[in-house]
Amino acid sequence: MVNTILTIAMAIILLSIAISMIRFLIGKTSVDRVIAFDIMTVSSIALIAVLAKMTGRIIYLDIALVYGLLSFLAVIIIAKYLEKSL
Amino acid sequence: MPAFSKDDLMKNISITFLILMIVWILLNNTLQIDILIPGIIIALLSSLLFCRKCEVFSDIKLTPKAFAYTLVYLIIFFIDLYKSNIDVSRRVLSPSLPINPGIVEVKTRLKSKFGRMVLANSITLTPGTLTVEVKDDSFFIHWIDVEDDEIENASKKIVEKFEKYLEVIYG
Amino acid sequence: MEIFGAIITLIGSLVLLIASIGLVRMPDVYNRLQVGTKATTLGTILSLAGLIVIVPAWAGKLVLLVFFIMMTNPVSSHVMARAAYYIKIPFSSKTKVDKLKLSKKVLKTKIESK
Repeated sequence: MVNTILTIAMAIILLSIAISMIRFLIGKTSVDRVIAFDIMTVSSIALIAVLAKMTGRIIYLDIALVYGLLSFLAVIIIAKYLEKSL
Repeated sequence: MPAFSKDDLMKNISITFLILMIVWILLNNTLQIDILIPGIIIALLSSLLFCRKCEVFSDIKLTPKAFAYTLVYLIIFFIDLYKSNIDVSRRVLSPSLPINPGIVEVKTRLKSKFGRMVLANSITLTPGTLTVEVKDDSFFIHWIDVEDDEIENASKKIVEKFEKYLEVIYG
Repeated sequence: MEIFGAIITLIGSLVLLIASIGLVRMPDVYNRLQVGTKATTLGTILSLAGLIVIVPAWAGKLVLLVFFIMMTNPVSSHVMARAAYYIKIPFSSKTKVDKLKLSKKVLKTKIESK
């Protein structure tokens, strides 16, 4: 029962990543694309955490943590680059 | 830069050490002594080496009253987080997109840097407001539904509910 | 109890779905950022909170993740908003006021720092 609900949750998160991908593709400005990328990353953190429960491997949570850290740094650096203060 | 007393340095180093230790314990999820010892050594070394000049934590007051207010602040903050999400979800899902955005200016009474940072982050996470720029004591906020663009009224609506707690915690 | 946690996770994933729909529907960068910060923060926090209820033994790392997201998400959306403002990405036609443009204080310091 729990696994069924978690599978549905994973499907919904994957769907939300796919919808964010639309914004990533049509974009218009670079900032739009970075926002879409950021939302995809944060959704992926939730996805990885649910996956860790379903496979029973706690090590996946470390991956989620490092992934979040790297994407945060990436967003900060891209913002600095766009402001031309890098 | 204000004068940097020895007490402040000790406080900064000990707060950094505490944060690093809590992160280490949460990451390892255990209290065994052979895992704690490397953590203590690394946390002590990095807080001594890298916290010579950090002054961000000097504003924190370590009194019981500040702790109590921190708890109340967290509760209020979480309630606001839920309210903001229900509000934003309603706007996203309704077919006509009822948004009315604009950038307004608000003033804050907080003096310390750390308090202003916490205030700006809280504003960003609550009902339809997003901090765009901070200059001295004025915040420029993108508001998804502008009710009032006068400085005093906007400040009352956005900042005041957090400010009275943060004032006690950080001064 | 486990089913309760799973339902919380499901609600969190629905909030994430709303965030991505908002990302596509909103008319300009700043409104997209609004949806991006608020909805994804709550969505991820709810998903992780549901997992804490299901597997209490993992609470340490999950709490660390929750705090990490709560600290970093507002900061990253703030820097993106700032960058979008200073490279002059236009507002949508619905925008009413822009006090930042009127404020001399910001313009002056921006020119001095160049």
